[in-house]
Amino acid sequence: MKVTTPTDREVVITRLFDAPRGMVFDAHTKPDLVQRWLLGPPGWTMPVCEIDLRVGGQYRYVWENAGGQRMGVSGTFKEIVRPSRIVITQLFDEDWTGGETIVITELAEQGGKTTLTTTVRYASREARDGALKTGMTTGMEAGYERLENLLKENSNG
Amino acid sequence: MKPSGYALDTTFAALADPTRRAILARLADGEATVTELAAPFAMSQPAISKHLKVLERAGLITRGREAQRRPRKLEPRPLAEATDWIERYRKIWEANFKRLDAVLQELKSKQKKAVDALLDDVKPKSKRRKSK
Repeated sequence: MKVTTPTDREVVITRLFDAPRGMVFDAHTKPDLVQRWLLGPPGWTMPVCEIDLRVGGQYRYVWENAGGQRMGVSGTFKEIVRPSRIVITQLFDEDWTGGETIVITELAEQGGKTTLTTTVRYASREARDGALKTGMTTGMEAGYERLENLLKENSNG
Repeated sequence: MKPSGYALDTTFAALADPTRRAILARLADGEATVTELAAPFAMSQPAISKHLKVLERAGLITRGREAQRRPRKLEPRPLAEATDWIERYRKIWEANFKRLDAVLQELKSKQKKAVDALLDDVKPKSKRRKSK
């Protein structure tokens, strides 16, 4: 898994999967599959997973932990190009990302393997930094990865 | 899931700026004066000093004792706490992706079985043709 910050509004996560992209696409868009992997910290499940897979259609995910604590997110499908691209809006119930974000999922296949590139684009740099500050998004690890690497290099040297 | 405590918030707020991260990256190589730190940026020294104050308040850097140069240096502890948190977060995502790996393997084996079943259907037909 690779995390980068190409601009001050974006966070990009890249990961290679050993499967054709049609399957990776399905795993991102079919509720019974999404519910099995998109879970977050240990102990959390996704009891609600509704996906209306058409442009303008809505989706809704709700996670729950053993203590009954819930966290929900909803949004709209902006672009759907099977099996290569999905663009959605995303807003958490407790808006810790400082407004709506755009999530672009791109799937590129080579030799039966798929590179997943997820771009999270925040409303503004302040929004991304707000998300960085609350520390609840992937944005977190992104901005500081270079620094982390530098520090590792430094401690090794 | 939320980071605990004010200290971590302050650290991340201080880190949420590319100039300040670049300053820290520079200080990771060793202490430096304000002039030295300002050199790579198209910024005035007062602007750099402002960033340094934010980093200082967050405890990420300290000033050296040398009166004239007052070199800044990196304080590793708060940064280590922040990167620990980042590492936990990374683990969560990696766990998601590992579960996705498992889902994909299952889909692949299902597809393979379906293809094998199709091939099995085809084979007897070709045998029949041969036997004619």
